[in-house]
Amino acid sequence: MKVKVLSRSHFQYMRETKHDIHKVERNYSPSLHPFETNREYKRALNAVKMDRMFAKPFMGSLDGHSDVVQTLAKHPTRLSTLVSGAANGEIKVWNLCDRKCVKAIAAHNGIVRNICVPLHGQYFFSVDDQTIKQWSFDGFDDTTTDATAVPPMNTLISKTVIHGMDIQRNKPFLITCGEKVDLWEESRTQPLRSYRWGADSVNCIKFNPIETDLCVGAASDRSIQIYDTRKSDPLRKVVLKMRTNNIAWNPMEAFVFTAANEDNDLYTFDMRNLKAALQVHKDHVSAVIDVDYSPTGKEFVSGSYDKTIRIFGVESGRSRDVYHTKRMQRLTAVRWTSDNKYLISASDEMDIRIWKAFASEKLGHKSFREQSAFDYQQKLMDKYANHPEMKRIARHRHVPKHIVQSAKEKRLMIGAEKRKEANRRVHSKPGTIGYESERTKSIISEEK
Amino acid sequence: MESPAKKGSKNLRYFVDKSSDGLDVKEFFNKTTDVTNSGLKKNVVKEWKDGDHRRQPVDPFANNRFVSKDKIKKYERKKKMNSYSATKYQKFRKRLTNEEKKRQNSIGFAARSELLLPEMSGYLEAEDNEQTYQITQQEIVESVDITSATKHFDLNLDQLGPYYVNYFRNGRKLLIGGQRGHVAAMDWVTKELMCEFNVQESVHDIHWLHMPTMFAVAQRDWVYIYDSKGTQIHCLKKMYRVYKLDFLHYHFLLVSASDNGHISWLDVSMGKMVSTAKMKVPRLTAMKQNPYNAIIATAHPNGTVDMWSPNQKERVVSMLCHGSAVRDIAFDCEGQYMVSAGIDRSLKVWDIRNYKCLQSYSLRSMPSHLDVSQRNLVGVSVGNVVEIYNDCFRQPVDTPYMRHRLNHAVSDLEFCNFEDILGIGHKNGFTSVIIPGSGEPNFDALEANPYMTPSQRKEMEVKALLEKIPSELISLEPNILGSVDRQSLVKQMEDKKSVNYVKPKDIELQSISKKKRTKSAKKAKVKKGLKNAIIREEIKQNVSQKVHKKKDKQNKQKNTKATQKHVLDRFKPKSN
Repeated sequence: MKVKVLSRSHFQYMRETKHDIHKVERNYSPSLHPFETNREYKRALNAVKMDRMFAKPFMGSLDGHSDVVQTLAKHPTRLSTLVSGAANGEIKVWNLCDRKCVKAIAAHNGIVRNICVPLHGQYFFSVDDQTIKQWSFDGFDDTTTDATAVPPMNTLISKTVIHGMDIQRNKPFLITCGEKVDLWEESRTQPLRSYRWGADSVNCIKFNPIETDLCVGAASDRSIQIYDTRKSDPLRKVVLKMRTNNIAWNPMEAFVFTAANEDNDLYTFDMRNLKAALQVHKDHVSAVIDVDYSPTGKEFVSGSYDKTIRIFGVESGRSRDVYHTKRMQRLTAVRWTSDNKYLISASDEMDIRIWKAFASEKLGHKSFREQSAFDYQQKLMDKYANHPEMKRIARHRHVPKHIVQSAKEKRLMIGAEKRKEANRRVHSKPGTIGYESERTKSIISEEK
Repeated sequence: MESPAKKGSKNLRYFVDKSSDGLDVKEFFNKTTDVTNSGLKKNVVKEWKDGDHRRQPVDPFANNRFVSKDKIKKYERKKKMNSYSATKYQKFRKRLTNEEKKRQNSIGFAARSELLLPEMSGYLEAEDNEQTYQITQQEIVESVDITSATKHFDLNLDQLGPYYVNYFRNGRKLLIGGQRGHVAAMDWVTKELMCEFNVQESVHDIHWLHMPTMFAVAQRDWVYIYDSKGTQIHCLKKMYRVYKLDFLHYHFLLVSASDNGHISWLDVSMGKMVSTAKMKVPRLTAMKQNPYNAIIATAHPNGTVDMWSPNQKERVVSMLCHGSAVRDIAFDCEGQYMVSAGIDRSLKVWDIRNYKCLQSYSLRSMPSHLDVSQRNLVGVSVGNVVEIYNDCFRQPVDTPYMRHRLNHAVSDLEFCNFEDILGIGHKNGFTSVIIPGSGEPNFDALEANPYMTPSQRKEMEVKALLEKIPSELISLEPNILGSVDRQSLVKQMEDKKSVNYVKPKDIELQSISKKKRTKSAKKAKVKKGLKNAIIREEIKQNVSQKVHKKKDKQNKQKNTKATQKHVLDRFKPKSN
């Protein structure tokens, strides 16, 4: 007879010394792993709960400004450098790692409207109501933190009032907006070209980082205008229902930009088709002041007058996350750092705050096992995202009372409008009252 | 065999071996050597340039990923999804196809990883003149190595009554309880005694809990929980006069059947009684859990087998298995088959997914206990004799695989997981019997590890607690969570329709292929089919005619060739 009985040698299954790792033999046969879906679901629930437990986005603040911080500027190549401009004309250069001010300059006599840093990052430009000044990054020492009156490298004086400025990515051109849109060259004292469309002033102008000759501006006649610096006339404009406060280009998609509007929403447009917005992002309860894209081009951050910062995905109509603090008052500027990890917000109470872009992310170096565990948890959360329990836990955020109240009121108002529309539809001939898409509702007209 | 794989393709594809059903080991090795040789010739190991992170070394086995169809089927939980029938939108279709590709890859990986399993299962083969059931334990012990030989042993405990047996999940720890009150826990491989004591009362059942640090004993009045050292930790007064115990491992539920006709589920991690149910037939003869869906099945003296879930107060399923009392039932580890033994000397095999009787065997005498091993060997105790049947689910079996005669009546029977051992509790103690081929050879250390160290045990306990499945998810179909809840979606959409200011969405709830067709559409289809059939017939006829014509032509040509006119033909004699 032939016999074989299962006999395992324990040397193969147990470690030799206590300094070795444990031996783990695996068998992936489904008969040894019952209740797969249920256990995975439980793990997903745990993952979502832990995600909420570890969601502590606030990292620190940079204080030192003695007036409202009006504008922020990222350095294109140095991650730890941040430049901020305040309403009393002070400019501070910060080191984000140490959270200290490297240099303070008493730059302007009025509000610093905008600061831009060109791609080579050797100097930066700041603009107030009438002058553009060029400052160098060198020659800074840590000892003096009070604003010193350092002479600028160059000064350009404009004949008209300036509201905003941007710098072209690969050419030494500046574009300023205000009464009219002017194209300046860095060293010339006179603007090269001026654009004007009607009698309205343009509040904000932004150069496209990919198609570097295009720029988009928000005018006070509630329109968004597109310019091409190679041409002498503005290209196109789309008129919305309310005014746009700020615009940001998508750094990955050449023709997509998002506009932060006064009517509590953000509109993402495709430049080629301005008849309808690509997506309307609704979650703020007050005017949206600033918007900035993540370097991945998939998400953006918006700061609004209702004292909160919200992070939206480009394709989603609702926010992914909301940051707020009792101490943070009205937002004036938000930026997403170029390493996709942090958000920087400037607000009315003279503070600059640093937040984590992904609230429950563990910072610092993660070992391979840790990273795989986090990836697995993320994948589980994505897989079971539509289950009601999971949705409920993942969506849960604490939000200040005034926002809850405002949101409730808003919902009531919108509900009333829709009910009336529904009644009109019901009591009229079917087909006479059509449905209007949310993405075209706020657009009044498009003009060339 | 042709290899349809593209060389160096990043999309790894596992190709089903269509020519043969099994993978011949020899063939496989021959093939690998060929490839490695050629690989070596081609200079397989490439130098990594500094800073070139993305370049990967060439895999010499890249084109040799053949796995047999059976193996792929084993790991394939669901059939391959056709994204064209799932959705009509291009964007989602793309996403679905990508996900499906990844899934197929992982199935291929898992199926191929079977090559890495270290152990092979045991077997017993008899010579020509001998039958396997004639082979005694002594013969096996003599022809097997020492460590396996020591696995057959006898514990002579004749004073304290017929013994109940329970092996822990990883097959390493053994718990025996004598009806007169003797309880002992030991590691039966190393013969190391963990604890031994007498509870001074009658013991009706014993069971290990989630870890070999705790076990439950159903004593005369209540259920007690003891530590592995023998200290009493809990006395569960809510479980009164219990005579059957079971433990649902993934849900941390201790199930007990009591004298007054109640089944109760107790959550051991929280100490809360999750549910109780009152049995229709108050007396039961056996209680076992279905390891596939954690449903408790109870066998009754009127021939029925009832199934219970903690989420329902009434029985979920009730099957009439035998014409008279059912003595014992047992499930296989995948929850596909149930074996039931009745007083009418019959042993029936049921397909528990469809509730159909597959086989019906008749035994020599009245069976008393029943168990199914991990590899689907069925052990039945008939009086003093324990019979083991091999592979008796799908096809009928004439003779038992093995037989073991004891001196006393059998009181409990349990196969040991991951070992080729059957533990028999009887009136005079405990016997451990070698049954080659009964245990699963390769365990998964992250599920049940026979070589578990104390630190690993602590980790596993914590992980098991974190992954504890809530008892609300226990149902006949365990994978409900993975399926689409169409009913509530339909309801939602209907609710939205009533709200007039929302534009009604155009969502297809059923997959495109499963769309129902109306009568008239069916008729039209049938008509079309008939038309097509007629056309096909005509075409066939035409083709056959053409073929005939061609053949005729060819024949004619041949004939003409044969009768081609030659100048000198007139001189040939005319043949009539």
